[in-house]
Amino acid sequence: MRFLIALLTLTPFSAVAYAAQPEAGALNFQPAATRIMERLHGFHTYLMIIITLITLFVLALIIWACVRYSRRSNPVPRKFSHNTLVEIVWTVVPVLILVAIAGPSFSNLFYQENQPDLEVIAESSDDNPNTYPEAAAEGWITIKAQGNQWNWTYSYPDELDDGGYPVEFVSNPIHRQLSGDEQSYVDATGRDDFASLPKNLAADFPLVIPANRYVRYQTAASDVIHSWTVPAFGVKTDAVPGRLNEGWFLVEEEGTYYGQCSELCGKDHAFMPIEVRVVSPDQYNSWIESMKAGEFEAAFDGLPSAQAQTASTDVPTDAETRLAQAQ
Amino acid sequence: MAMDQVSTAHDDHAHDHKPGFFVRWFLSTNHKDIGTLYLVFALVAGIIGYTLSGIIRLELAQPGIGPLTGLMEFFGYSGDQAIEHAKHFYNVVITYHGLIMIFFMVMPALIGGFGNWFVPLMIGAPDMAFPRMNNISFWLTVAAFIMACTSMLIPGTGEFLGFGGGWVLYPPLSSATGHPGPSMDLLILSLHTAGIASILGAINFIVTILNMRAPGMTLHKMPLFAWSMLVTAVLLLLALPVLAGALTMLLTDRNFGSQFFDPSGGGDPIMFQHLFWFFGHPEVYIMILPAFGIISHIVSTFSKKPVFGYLGMAYAMVSIGAIGFIVWAHHMYTVGMPSDMKAYFVAATMVIAVPTGIKIFSWIATMWGGSIDFEVPMVWAIGFIFLFTVGGVTGVVLANAGIDHVLHDTYYVVAHFHYVLSLGAVFGLFAGWYYWFEKMFGVKYNKTIGYAHFWTMFVGSNLLFFPQHFLGLNGMPRRYIDYADGFSTWHFWSSMGYAVTLVATLIFFVGLIEAAVRRRKAVANPWGEGATTLEWTLPSPPPFHQFNELPEVKPETHH
Repeated sequence: MRFLIALLTLTPFSAVAYAAQPEAGALNFQPAATRIMERLHGFHTYLMIIITLITLFVLALIIWACVRYSRRSNPVPRKFSHNTLVEIVWTVVPVLILVAIAGPSFSNLFYQENQPDLEVIAESSDDNPNTYPEAAAEGWITIKAQGNQWNWTYSYPDELDDGGYPVEFVSNPIHRQLSGDEQSYVDATGRDDFASLPKNLAADFPLVIPANRYVRYQTAASDVIHSWTVPAFGVKTDAVPGRLNEGWFLVEEEGTYYGQCSELCGKDHAFMPIEVRVVSPDQYNSWIESMKAGEFEAAFDGLPSAQAQTASTDVPTDAETRLAQAQ
Repeated sequence: MAMDQVSTAHDDHAHDHKPGFFVRWFLSTNHKDIGTLYLVFALVAGIIGYTLSGIIRLELAQPGIGPLTGLMEFFGYSGDQAIEHAKHFYNVVITYHGLIMIFFMVMPALIGGFGNWFVPLMIGAPDMAFPRMNNISFWLTVAAFIMACTSMLIPGTGEFLGFGGGWVLYPPLSSATGHPGPSMDLLILSLHTAGIASILGAINFIVTILNMRAPGMTLHKMPLFAWSMLVTAVLLLLALPVLAGALTMLLTDRNFGSQFFDPSGGGDPIMFQHLFWFFGHPEVYIMILPAFGIISHIVSTFSKKPVFGYLGMAYAMVSIGAIGFIVWAHHMYTVGMPSDMKAYFVAATMVIAVPTGIKIFSWIATMWGGSIDFEVPMVWAIGFIFLFTVGGVTGVVLANAGIDHVLHDTYYVVAHFHYVLSLGAVFGLFAGWYYWFEKMFGVKYNKTIGYAHFWTMFVGSNLLFFPQHFLGLNGMPRRYIDYADGFSTWHFWSSMGYAVTLVATLIFFVGLIEAAVRRRKAVANPWGEGATTLEWTLPSPPPFHQFNELPEVKPETHH
């Protein structure tokens, strides 16, 4: 029970932090990095309150029945087997609770699922937390994540190089628990930060997107089904051969965010992480220009390092410290 | 020749003459013997499935790939090759853990075991409607199990043995793209065979229940366990052919060049998921409904009160079964469905909470005003009611597609379905075991051992599965052999929980052996006035053939 209470108290505060990887002993979602996830935090807290109360209510009834109607306290059983009123109550009340859940559930679902109309948003006023008029005015950034056994191919269909080809690169896992992992990372990137990268989460060449821009992501797959997800963004979309799935998000804070393939895809399913580097618009622009020019290593070397980004947000990564600070 | 012996044996029932060992257990047509065979089979399969889960928890107790690499080194692989084999083997282990526990442990135990044993006894029938078909069902299940186990040991993909694509068998991972080896073909044959066995069993139950009830026992006076088996059998009959169809399409995709699930030929892998879950969702109710029936009887017996709201209980099961067919795509929120379709499945799924709530509250109302004996089966039943509630409310969380976009395929889902199945169906299974043990085997078990089994199991399984909610919320994906360091705390505690359940399982077997050695003579009705169903009117164990004169159910008696 203490866990549940801790869970409930943590939720509202964790929404403002930007560490985006799993934490030891954590009880709740990773901190929200998008409005989608922020709303889910709130909705989940609401649900937690409801289901905790229901569970406690059932537990209390069971304990009361066990104590009050044990053979010792109640030697002679009563024989009733019907009570129309309580039967109606325990049918109607759950229906009302479900209706109370369905309201926010649908509004959150449609917020996530229906791609926002940027032209309308760009014209709208500034005070709606669900929309970002300034970002909308700049239009979409479109990225495509294609799942392969076992890495991701990221492409930017709107960013064409001189030859007319979109910017595209493969994002490989750097930890597969094999003896040659470090060497292949060094060979591929020329970087020396292998030891410091979070195990099973880091990729050699991360997906790069600018902060405060509407991002439309598409998923596809070349062999079997994979699933592209970033828990802190509140998005998860299967990458299915023969289909092009789509979703959107907008990340407000720069930082490094991690996800992991979420549909069993074979031997190295646990080793195809998703690393998303959210950078400033300037950094993004110079990155994409370098990529278009074919200077891949320079493009990635020019990005702030993952560690610097995590540290720069200046948010303690463990739940307890965050809780203490929030209070 | 053998068949002649069986029919001779049948003529002898006046003296309760049992056929010889081989005929009795290998050519069995007696519902009680077949029930016992199913229970023994489920016990064996359960040990294997439970060992597989032990491998999972051992591997996940610490980050990194440790124990399984050691195992692969034991089998002669070395270095990176041992690690690669460990990774594939882990996927094989989780796949077969799921398949074995579902198809060869829970279903045979609850449906084949308790269903065969007690549906005829409870409705006052001499046997099942089709005794030989009953025998075929059992032996096909055994054959299916042997094929499933064999398929772990033959090539799955490349040099790797066994099928490692999860119990859901999604193509293209299960088609020639992902697992070209013969393992998957054998597994398909195994599941086809198990499916045929279950369909035959379902037909048997439906015909028995509809035609062979004792005079005066209308459907609305039938015991709730028989009701639960009727609903379960109908679900089996309607759901399994869909699985069989999907498996056949997969088989022809793999071997005969069809492209049902292959996009390069105009097929769609998602169609398999729709077909699979059209079977798969009713399947989870197939596993839990018999437990609902058992719990109703136990709660009523030990509260010494009739079941509260009998008709509501029966029709709650019917409506759970019916709604169970129209909610399947809530397993597939992330595959790329239109948002309106998701909204429909959210609404339909949440509706199931209503009849489920009716069942929970009716059990508590049955206890209310009663005079409760806390015998061993009753504590298991009370544990079931509470733990099933915990599993049920997390189901309501997952029903919301918006939140499921975060929780889908994480340990939150693992925790949820183990709360309803491992702490739900399995607790129901043990409750039934301790409720009917004397009746079935004619000897008493040691109650102290029964309580010890319950409490260690209760603590162990909660420690095992509750922390998995936290893992899932924090983003731990399912079916991972290794994880980010941040997940290690709760994985460690979860594995400790498994260790406690290991102690509980040992206690269970100690109780079994103790009862077998001591052979304390059972009585016809050990539970007293609360035990009102027909099986308690017979001696323990019941005669080889019972109800040669059909019992009369008087109009005023109610279930």
